[in-house]
Amino acid sequence: MNDAVMIGIKVVGVLAAFLTLPLLVGQLEHKAMAHMQGRLGPMYAGGFHGWAQLVADGVKFVQKEAVIPTAADANVFRLAPAVALLPYLLVLVVIPLGPGTVAEALDAGLFFALAVTGVGVVGMLMAAWASANKYSLLGGLRGAAQLLAYELPFVLAAASVAMAAGTLSLVGIVEAWTPWWLLWQAPAMVIFFVAGMAEIRRPPFDMPLADSELVFGYLTEYGGLRFAFMLLAEYVGIVVVCALTTVLFLGGWRGPFLSEDLGPLWTVLKIFALSFLVIWARVAYPRLREDQLQRLAWQGLVPIALGQLVLTGVVVSVNS
Amino acid sequence: MDPDRATTSGARPERCGWLSVRTTLSMRTAAEGPADELADAPSYLNVTGSELVFVLIGVITLGAALLCVTSRNVVRAALWLVVTLGGLAGLYLVLTAELVAIVQILIYVGAVVVLLLFGLMVTRAPIGRQPDLNTTNRPVAIVVAVAAFGLLVAALIDAFRFAYLDLHIAGQGSPETIGSALFGSWVLAFEVLSVLLLAALIGAIAVTRRDVGAQGRR
Repeated sequence: MNDAVMIGIKVVGVLAAFLTLPLLVGQLEHKAMAHMQGRLGPMYAGGFHGWAQLVADGVKFVQKEAVIPTAADANVFRLAPAVALLPYLLVLVVIPLGPGTVAEALDAGLFFALAVTGVGVVGMLMAAWASANKYSLLGGLRGAAQLLAYELPFVLAAASVAMAAGTLSLVGIVEAWTPWWLLWQAPAMVIFFVAGMAEIRRPPFDMPLADSELVFGYLTEYGGLRFAFMLLAEYVGIVVVCALTTVLFLGGWRGPFLSEDLGPLWTVLKIFALSFLVIWARVAYPRLREDQLQRLAWQGLVPIALGQLVLTGVVVSVNS
Repeated sequence: MDPDRATTSGARPERCGWLSVRTTLSMRTAAEGPADELADAPSYLNVTGSELVFVLIGVITLGAALLCVTSRNVVRAALWLVVTLGGLAGLYLVLTAELVAIVQILIYVGAVVVLLLFGLMVTRAPIGRQPDLNTTNRPVAIVVAVAAFGLLVAALIDAFRFAYLDLHIAGQGSPETIGSALFGSWVLAFEVLSVLLLAALIGAIAVTRRDVGAQGRR
């Protein structure tokens, strides 16, 4: 009975995080982007500074008609948003929020997170192909090429941390973390964050969507609730990448003071600080061209990640 | 069964799998005789929950695999392959080999199938049925598939007929166990595989970039 209650609390907690954090990031994006561009952003819905804008958007999406193109492969088309969204929900299960505050502390939590994030791309490819639209297909192709390029530095940077901590458990990595990591794991941190942004196809890595060239890439044919789910996947993706960066490189719940008591607060604070960076990058940088994107991954990030791996290996073996 | 054969098949699990490296594993082999095995392992009639889940996931995996090879549409076939590989990962998970399950997802679903889908979409990815998917080599393919299946089944039954894995022992599929087995007993095989993969990598580059050499000569 006690176990059942604990599992219930955990499920509710993960679902609450899954449903609220992306909305908060979305609202932050609305307001931060607006102010960076000298606008106000949403001001009406809900009264105070338009705080309910995304709730109103959600209600609007629910009311819309679910259109499936005649030529589309209907089943795959319907399934794609779920395949794109669910992996991120699963990743949230293994991310530790504070000391002991984790839904499921897996032994190989880091590996699990990396593996499951990769599955979301299958959802994008399904959406791209099933839409029976050439813009969608081109978007999907770009997305797949981008994932194949950025998955490697993403995993290599994570491997560097796992070596430094001597464990694959996300809880263990936070416990092994010391402030020195900010210095000698800095290249891995930058690579992980940049590759993570590319993996969730956020600007400036949004070639798969590229609204000025491909209409809206693999989302062109989507509307209503399915489109909302696809968008939600993007924002949960931001939360997941920022949370993983926090846990791996920024010490998770460890803060300058009161780490034990304020643990979850520190984690959430770091996640939102990183989310702000993701939003800032969208405003600050133009979209990378496809060849620039591939060059950055293969000639920039991969060699640096390999160098970082060698450095970590040397430091770890000298220390032990 | 003649005595020589019994000893070889009895010794085999010591050499042929990471599962057997841990001494905590209760591997019952033919050498110890079926009588011992029956005394130790639960009967087939006494089905546990995880055995039931194993069979269910197995049925799903098999069904998805059949749909994968019979589908009239290449992209759908690739998507059924995702289900098949995911089901395999589920089977590993039921057998408490969590690291192998995660690697299965990371490599096969996250990389191999994505590459496959990418290739299909670049070259030929029509929506709907494709009538020209069957090759004229079908009879040969059936013979080869049946032969390979028979060989694998025979080898597995011969090697692991009386093997019994106790799922209640914690940590037998953990990263630590597999890591120390892989870089301890199996380090030679690991290194040989690395060289093989490197050769394949260089081969792929050499095949695709033949134009570079030709331009140099000109």
